[in-house]
Amino acid sequence: MMQYLPQILFILALAFAVWFFIKNVKTLSRNIKLGKDIDRTDQKNLRFKKMMRVALGQSKMVKRPIAGFLHIIVYVGFIIINIEVLEIIIDGILGTHRIFSFLGPVYDVLIGSFEILALLVLVSVIIFLIRRNFLNIKRFLANELKGWPKSDANYILYFEVVLMVLFLTMNATDYQLQLNGAEHYASEAGIAGAFPVSQYLLPIFDQMSNSTLIIIERAAWWLHIIGILIFLNYLYYSKHLHILLAFPNVYFSNLNPQGKFKNLEAVTNEVKLMMDPDADPFAEPEGGEEDVPEKFGASDVKDLNWFQLLSAYTCTECGRCTAECPANQTGKKLSPRKIMMDTRDRLEEVSKNIDNKKENDDKQLLDDYISREELWACTTCNACVEACPVGIDPLSIIMDMRQYLVMEESAAPAELNNAMSNIENNAAPWPYNQQDRLNWATEES
Amino acid sequence: MSETLKVPTMASYLAEGKQPEVLFWVGCAGSFDDRAKKITKAFVKILNKTNVDFAVLGTEEGCTGDPAKRAGNEFLFQMQAMTNIEVMNSYEVKKIVTACPHCFNTIKNEYPALGGNYEVIHHTQFLKQLLNEGRLKVEGGKFKGKRITFHDPCYLGRANNEYEAPRDLLRKLEVELIEMKSCKAKGLCCGAGGAQMFKDAEKGDKEVNIHRTEQAIETKPDIVAAGCPFCNTMMTDGVKNKEKQDDIEVLDVVEMIANAEDL
Repeated sequence: MMQYLPQILFILALAFAVWFFIKNVKTLSRNIKLGKDIDRTDQKNLRFKKMMRVALGQSKMVKRPIAGFLHIIVYVGFIIINIEVLEIIIDGILGTHRIFSFLGPVYDVLIGSFEILALLVLVSVIIFLIRRNFLNIKRFLANELKGWPKSDANYILYFEVVLMVLFLTMNATDYQLQLNGAEHYASEAGIAGAFPVSQYLLPIFDQMSNSTLIIIERAAWWLHIIGILIFLNYLYYSKHLHILLAFPNVYFSNLNPQGKFKNLEAVTNEVKLMMDPDADPFAEPEGGEEDVPEKFGASDVKDLNWFQLLSAYTCTECGRCTAECPANQTGKKLSPRKIMMDTRDRLEEVSKNIDNKKENDDKQLLDDYISREELWACTTCNACVEACPVGIDPLSIIMDMRQYLVMEESAAPAELNNAMSNIENNAAPWPYNQQDRLNWATEES
Repeated sequence: MSETLKVPTMASYLAEGKQPEVLFWVGCAGSFDDRAKKITKAFVKILNKTNVDFAVLGTEEGCTGDPAKRAGNEFLFQMQAMTNIEVMNSYEVKKIVTACPHCFNTIKNEYPALGGNYEVIHHTQFLKQLLNEGRLKVEGGKFKGKRITFHDPCYLGRANNEYEAPRDLLRKLEVELIEMKSCKAKGLCCGAGGAQMFKDAEKGDKEVNIHRTEQAIETKPDIVAAGCPFCNTMMTDGVKNKEKQDDIEVLDVVEMIANAEDL
């Protein structure tokens, strides 16, 4: 019985991690579905291609070459090293040692490339840490990153450093044990795996006894896999969720020209009714009562659509949007990244309220999270949308909230109200008579 | 400039039972703003010279609703849109050209769902078509060799992916085209979009148009070329603010073509 204890413990840990992960995925999915419906199921082919190009192919990441290149290393490392995690899980369940080693030379190539990638990831992550903490890069110094978001970013990087060091330690001690001919490690088929990086760690280990080496190897093995399981479950609480959600977010992202803003159908019906001289003013709206929205625009997360909420969870707070924002560059309060972070924070708050069966908390996205000043600073230039490497559209949230301000609260800035009443009265934003619209053609210049 | 411009209206065409090749959508700025009116006239001169069969809506034209929509007033936007669509559909308009990227974007992208389906092109695209068809000939003239930087209008560039038409025209003028630090898909806004033109900016440490003008000045241009009446205003103000108005001109691409031709 005792000999199976590690396997039993491993299976329990794995089962708990998977259960907890699924539980969080369910909450995530429930929260995203709090959003209003929007059809993003058309043009599947185009969507798939865009996902392959932008999410898998990282085409927008490399627009900033240094960060983009380092990110690709970490990303490729992450995906490929996960093949090794599969072996670790099977070894853990069956109590085997390097079960894929029957692949022979292929296995050597695999382990060898994992090691090289692990080293590259380690170097990249350390550069990331230096960039984030010591080089005064403006997009990492913004107000919205103070506190938890900054810690979150650093925890992720520390975690990766620890995981890579554990991985290489595990390999080095395993290699040393194989060289020593230790039972369970060594095989008559020769050395399993190639260790182009961890071989250089051997001088640390070659004087140790096998029993010490086994303790270190097992400790590294266990900490590495438990670390990965913890990391998996950390995602839901972190900006790191993008490693999963970047794919659906790009897939469901807007395919229209960026200048095309959606028209509110409920308004269309009303305007048609107003403009039709034969319309029966007491008639039901075309789609029945449910066609008239309870609210125009958005003042809280539930007024946004599910794609906008998915995007809030996808945002990894890189700040490329904010760095390109003309309002932000000129010192205004608006930061598109903060719009996304606020949306997620508020959504998480709403989620907790649902869990605690709390009906109303007298809070909303508008004012409690996003101020009017931020919303009115936007020039709708789409620079943030263009900059996002994962297809997020912060501008659509700003627009929905402006709609709420104007259509529900009539709370536009006074000068805008002037411009709008001019449009209403004389069909131009300035107080010129529509009858003078062609005067330019005959004026002396 | 005393020669008279021929500016027929859709109503006059209809009275003669004719359809023009294209409707020139002038826009509010192009109709009323003194600076933008010059752009309108420059474009009409070229249309006249190349014998393009066009007409305007004149007093039947009204704001597309772009600033209302982007300020959040969807109701006013749709009122404007449907009024315009009703007028244009009654004239059976098929093709529209406009010198305003905001009008261009709104009619092109947001009118179809409301029943307004037209082929909509920006005046720089239209001029490029005229060039390709051999109807318009452009030579360097007085702009040959001048340092020009082109400021991408957000609603032509990022919003509708047109970066090359204005640049192709400038190349035809044999200018030395220099790009600003932020250009094309990364082009920096002039600060007027999203109805900002009609309100004061929020508190910050700089105006957006000053920031953009600084980028333009870094290229040491003789001329800042624009393709939007609002960008033009913002950049002109920016250049004045930097007291560079004696060294740097802000001109619409169509004005440069008309000037090169000495129209």
